[in-house]
Amino acid sequence: MKSSRSRLTIAVVAAFALVPLAACSSSSGSGGSSDGKTEITLLTDNADATVKPAKAVIAAFEKANPTITVKTETRPGGSDGDNLVKTKLSTGDMADVFWYNSGSLLQALSPEKTLVDLTNDPALKDTDPSFLPAVTQNGKVYGAPWGTAMGGGILYNKDVYSKLGLSVPKTWAEFESNSDKIKAAGITPVLGTLKDTFTSQLYVLGDFHNVAATNPKWADDYTANKVKYATDPVALKGFEKAAEPKQKGWLNTGAGSTTFAQGIKQLAQGKAAQYPMLTFPISTLAPADAAKIGFFGIPGDDASTNGATIWEPGGQYIPKTSKHIEAAKKFVAFVASIPGTDAYSSAVPPTGPYLVKGSKLPDNAPPVAKDMQAYIDSKTSTPALEFLSPVKGPSLEQIMVAVMTGQTSPQDGAAQYDADVTKQAKQLGLPGW
Amino acid sequence: MSSRADEARPVGTRDDAGADRPARKSPRATGVRNVRAHTYPYWFYAPAGVVYGLIFLVPTVISFYFAFTRWTLFESEFIGLDNFRQFFSEQALVSGLRNTLVYAVVTSGLKVVLGMLLAVLLTGPIRSRGLMRSVIFFPVLVSTVAVGITFSVLLQPDVGVISTVLAKIGITAPDWLGDPSTALLSVALVDVWKGVGLATLIYIAGILAIPKDYYEAVDVDGGGAWTKFRNVTVPLSRPATFTVILLSLIGGLRSFDLIWTMTGGGPGFSSDVIASIIYKTYQAGFFGLSTAGNVVLFILVTLIVYPLSRYFNSREVES
Repeated sequence: MKSSRSRLTIAVVAAFALVPLAACSSSSGSGGSSDGKTEITLLTDNADATVKPAKAVIAAFEKANPTITVKTETRPGGSDGDNLVKTKLSTGDMADVFWYNSGSLLQALSPEKTLVDLTNDPALKDTDPSFLPAVTQNGKVYGAPWGTAMGGGILYNKDVYSKLGLSVPKTWAEFESNSDKIKAAGITPVLGTLKDTFTSQLYVLGDFHNVAATNPKWADDYTANKVKYATDPVALKGFEKAAEPKQKGWLNTGAGSTTFAQGIKQLAQGKAAQYPMLTFPISTLAPADAAKIGFFGIPGDDASTNGATIWEPGGQYIPKTSKHIEAAKKFVAFVASIPGTDAYSSAVPPTGPYLVKGSKLPDNAPPVAKDMQAYIDSKTSTPALEFLSPVKGPSLEQIMVAVMTGQTSPQDGAAQYDADVTKQAKQLGLPGW
Repeated sequence: MSSRADEARPVGTRDDAGADRPARKSPRATGVRNVRAHTYPYWFYAPAGVVYGLIFLVPTVISFYFAFTRWTLFESEFIGLDNFRQFFSEQALVSGLRNTLVYAVVTSGLKVVLGMLLAVLLTGPIRSRGLMRSVIFFPVLVSTVAVGITFSVLLQPDVGVISTVLAKIGITAPDWLGDPSTALLSVALVDVWKGVGLATLIYIAGILAIPKDYYEAVDVDGGGAWTKFRNVTVPLSRPATFTVILLSLIGGLRSFDLIWTMTGGGPGFSSDVIASIIYKTYQAGFFGLSTAGNVVLFILVTLIVYPLSRYFNSREVES
């Protein structure tokens, strides 16, 4: 009696487990062209900051190209999204164009086998050449940019800073004294939003400018397995900086279950003063709130090499399985052109520069975009490590959360991340690991 | 899971299925099975056999192969035992194993205790018993993911309903899901809330099956309520207890959806279980490695559940 019931239960459980999988395989409509119109599909992530401008760009594109219609599909962000993109590519179910990351995440898609080669393609005629390394593998270019470059460092509330008479820190020591003063004023000095684990990585990834300022060849040595986070005292600092807010009581209580949407609101309301994060969430804020928030790079030890780490825009790619490659190329070219970026800015204010020839930040761009532009103009910015090296471990987020919440020491965290990276390199079959 | 081969055979009435295992000892049951084997011609089994082979048997066998490869979905390369070596050196594996066991034991234990007590209540002479029974079963029917998302909102510090209510009576609630020391247990409690309905239902069936004579005998001997519970209800609902333990232990060992939606295995690695560790390797695109992890999980669950189910079955025959 029992075993039949437990088997039935297992069978029912198994049946239910299949339902969400079936729901995942949404139709990627291969467009009909019976009425002379070509329909192509575009896959983007589901963040508001992407979906809204995507709609605006599509509307402008369809106006300029009345014979092509574009249908959108969305996917989750983060590792779930990475997984979905890989699965769609391998099953031939990918949309005609998809917006995804550039840099190391692109390398993991095996672009040679899955993506259309756009080297010297007219679709890239307006793309700023400085973007190309982020979408190149073995000398072949696979993508054009969408959206803006981002800064990765510390977002701060300018009102709190001016009220307390603080100035933007140029060294970590200044950051420490600022944080102590903010705490004394009864405001949360540093925000952690660890429910969205990806936000925890900024301490290490955003600190890369300081690492590269000390050793310009660090990224190459890292790819070649010659330097490690745990054994390089400069690189290790990122982990130490992550542990400090908790140790010194700067971190918000409940950091472990705060989401990044809640965090950015608290920052705008002035309940918290500093938030290590990328600049993109600013575009989700109302303009009045966005105007209160500024950006500075994670400070290092030396004020003379102060600068910021920047993230290249994401890439637009066309899978080889697309049935409408020509129409897809037209769309890609439009997004990476001045009319495309204008449409993009009309939906969300840019939070950094577009890497499109001749584009300029509009006057009403939020302060973070201007702060970032200043780093770029003064040539004190460094691309993040993921654009210089294909090696990035998958567990950095969890390791950083453990370091930030004091479960793991910075030294152990760095060693764990080194092991995590070794695992990735072995799974990619990279030479020298 | 331990009896996939058995499932290929048509399972008839409940009594036969119960006799499945003891069949090895009893010649009568073997005779029954032979009769059943001739009920249908072989072609009648073909459709189900094809489905079974294609979507259960073939993937299972293939997965054992891919566990030994570096697999990108696009191509695979045989790398021997490297995946298993890597999986066993996974830094979160030891804590993940411990968490898995803690989670399985805590949820299973609480479901037994609470399920039994609730079943005693709901078989008692109370008003609108049918309604009450439905209400306690309701969470079982709700999507686990929905429960997870709802509770992560309810459990938020400062703004969450639960923390607000506790604050009203002067208790400062911990950051349930954000504090590494409470995260796993908080999820386990939600799991108990969601799953206790099923345990209660099984106990209700078990308790109702106990003949009234035993209770009357206790009355005659002058025993009280405690004696009835201790000496009649608990021992005679043992089959139900075994079912609840087995089901919730299997559920606890392979638990994933609730943990993933509520904490994602975090903060850090503090609520990681085996299934979430495997899922993360899958997310990272290490398909060979995650397949190896699944093979390990399969063996682990089999090792724990198979002897347990053998033991319970043998006990059931005796009782």
